[in-house]
Amino acid sequence: MTGWKVVKSLLVLCLILIPIFIWMTVWNGPIHYLPYYLPCPEIFSMKLQYAEEKPVQLFPQLFYPQPRSLDQKRQDVLTLTPWLAPIVWEGTFNSELLDSAYKPLNLTIGVTAFAIGKYTKFVGRFVESAEKLFMKGYRVNYYIFTNDPQVIPRVQLQPGRSLRIVPVKKYSHWQEISMRRMEAINRHVAEVSHREVNYLFCLDIDMVFHNPWGVETLGEMVAAIHPGYFNVPRSQFPYERRSSSAAFIPDRQGDFYYAGAVFGGLVKQVYEFTRACHMTILADKANGIMAAWQEESHLNRHFFSHKPSKLLSPEYVWDDTKPRPPEVRLIRFSTVNKNYKELRD
Amino acid sequence: MDIRKEHILVVILMAGIIGFFGIPHISQPSCQPVRQVDLDETFLVLPRETDLNVTFSVLPRMSYPQPFLDKPRRTDVLLMSPWLAPIVWEGTFNRDILNAQYRQKNVIVGVATFAVKKYVRFIEGFLGSANKFFLSGHRVNFYLFTDHPEKVPSMKLAPEKRLFIIPVQNYSRWQDISMNRMDIISSHIRSRWRYEVDYLYSMDIDVQMFEHIGVEIIDTLVGTISSWQYTKPRDSNSYERRPESRAAIPSGEGDFYYAASFYGGSVSEVYRLTTACFKGVTEDRANGIEAKWHEESHLNKYLLYHKPTRLLSPEYYWDEELSRPRIVRVKRLSSVRKDLKEVRF
Repeated sequence: MTGWKVVKSLLVLCLILIPIFIWMTVWNGPIHYLPYYLPCPEIFSMKLQYAEEKPVQLFPQLFYPQPRSLDQKRQDVLTLTPWLAPIVWEGTFNSELLDSAYKPLNLTIGVTAFAIGKYTKFVGRFVESAEKLFMKGYRVNYYIFTNDPQVIPRVQLQPGRSLRIVPVKKYSHWQEISMRRMEAINRHVAEVSHREVNYLFCLDIDMVFHNPWGVETLGEMVAAIHPGYFNVPRSQFPYERRSSSAAFIPDRQGDFYYAGAVFGGLVKQVYEFTRACHMTILADKANGIMAAWQEESHLNRHFFSHKPSKLLSPEYVWDDTKPRPPEVRLIRFSTVNKNYKELRD
Repeated sequence: MDIRKEHILVVILMAGIIGFFGIPHISQPSCQPVRQVDLDETFLVLPRETDLNVTFSVLPRMSYPQPFLDKPRRTDVLLMSPWLAPIVWEGTFNRDILNAQYRQKNVIVGVATFAVKKYVRFIEGFLGSANKFFLSGHRVNFYLFTDHPEKVPSMKLAPEKRLFIIPVQNYSRWQDISMNRMDIISSHIRSRWRYEVDYLYSMDIDVQMFEHIGVEIIDTLVGTISSWQYTKPRDSNSYERRPESRAAIPSGEGDFYYAASFYGGSVSEVYRLTTACFKGVTEDRANGIEAKWHEESHLNKYLLYHKPTRLLSPEYYWDEELSRPRIVRVKRLSSVRKDLKEVRF
């Protein structure tokens, strides 16, 4: 009997003490449960100030051909996704119109590219071609992430454009380097980019611009379609198919296969996107699994659940080793021929 | 029950255990968020706390056919304007995906419509069909302006739809009634609607809906292409051409002819639009001139220089006097047959 009384009094005490304890902790603010591998909690809770995307506002006295409702310029390709996001192909937009609307907004566009280890040798060609063809006439900040700042060549830049070198750590495996890009971009946005640029593009360094890349690519969240899989049924997309991975996409699901070499958008969206990708990468790491195409699989998983607001056709990310189909009328940005084995060691 | 030594010991033990686990949480400093600077907007700061941009939560699982990049859904009509704004035609979008994206945003849409003098007879048809077909399943506030509130029939609306009847003054000339709508909408946004809704659409009352109009219409600034003039070259569009009027569009300029019967967008963009249009109307009145198609001419001038972010095809406002061609597959909203002479005077 006394045992029962002890238990009863214990329970009563718990009932009183635990609410008091909870009240005391809540009073002090949210409890942070920090798993050991989460980077920079102070960055994640920062409130960053971003610029919003503005509707296109034009000044008068601009002459351009009239858009005709029954005159579809590109009849051979899909120009709108099922969620009404435009797919940018040559012929669907008028560059002068867009330039006349965007130039007065005084935008700054950022480009991140990772040149780590032997990839530093691509920086020169990348930046030279970008100077001629990427967002001509706009302010551009190049952010080259590298482990070896000395090796980066000095390229002559147009006025209004700048190149910033961001030192990063080199990891032992090329897959690790590739996947850590998300974290590095996210951190950089939180510390630097959100104050300096309005739109941010994250591009691969081992590529070159061949044709103009302009403001038709600006949008809230922009993804590019992989050149190898753009007319292939979804069951053949190289999504991560193991259900234990956080990048898993089941069979018979998926819209497009997006390329990890090109993505971008408003700085705010890129920040959120890279954070989410990095989280899923870490989740996989904790489970000891690496996605089939590293961060490209995570990027695809993410774009499947959070549809991009604008897509870029394979013109914007092309592989020169592939034969060019008639739908791709011009190639704006494509890979440089290289020896992967030699580079990745 | 007397308090024994055992009880006190247990109390102290419990307190000790709770304190041991609780103290680290209590004493941990919480991350200090950086202070957010408020945006300085010249027109309107939107106080309603919703996320108008794409929110960052996962879409539910859905099954739908794969969009193939080399298989366009429609080739007979223009699907994107030259400034990359989607033009909404039947067959180009998947409403399930759009609904899933929309539902996450927790957004309320407002519809402003005017039933003055004899136009009260159209209220029942409008509300009955809108209740069934307009954004069904989503929250909508109908703001009905009328000079005869007693003549509004009592109607049972779906639970997520609400009707607000607002008395308004009538004018002797029907053109004045039509043009003053802009002013009334603008003042109501400033006083009330910016706290109540996120998107606002203005519709004519003398219409009926025959097919679902869903969340594909929701965007920052939306105009409907006129069913009379969607095939015409720009110089034969019925823009106001006299340079004395504020609504004048010089020849050689113009994209589409937009119908004033159905336009809308985010509350701040509609505020800018209605304020600018009504300013044009008052300046014209002061100069003793009236635009050819009244506020529709002013609307067209505004939308020429402030490009809409989304365009609705003539499916979204079809004038019933016209016979429907093959390319207009669906007639979603159509004007009601009436004797204009009799109903206006």
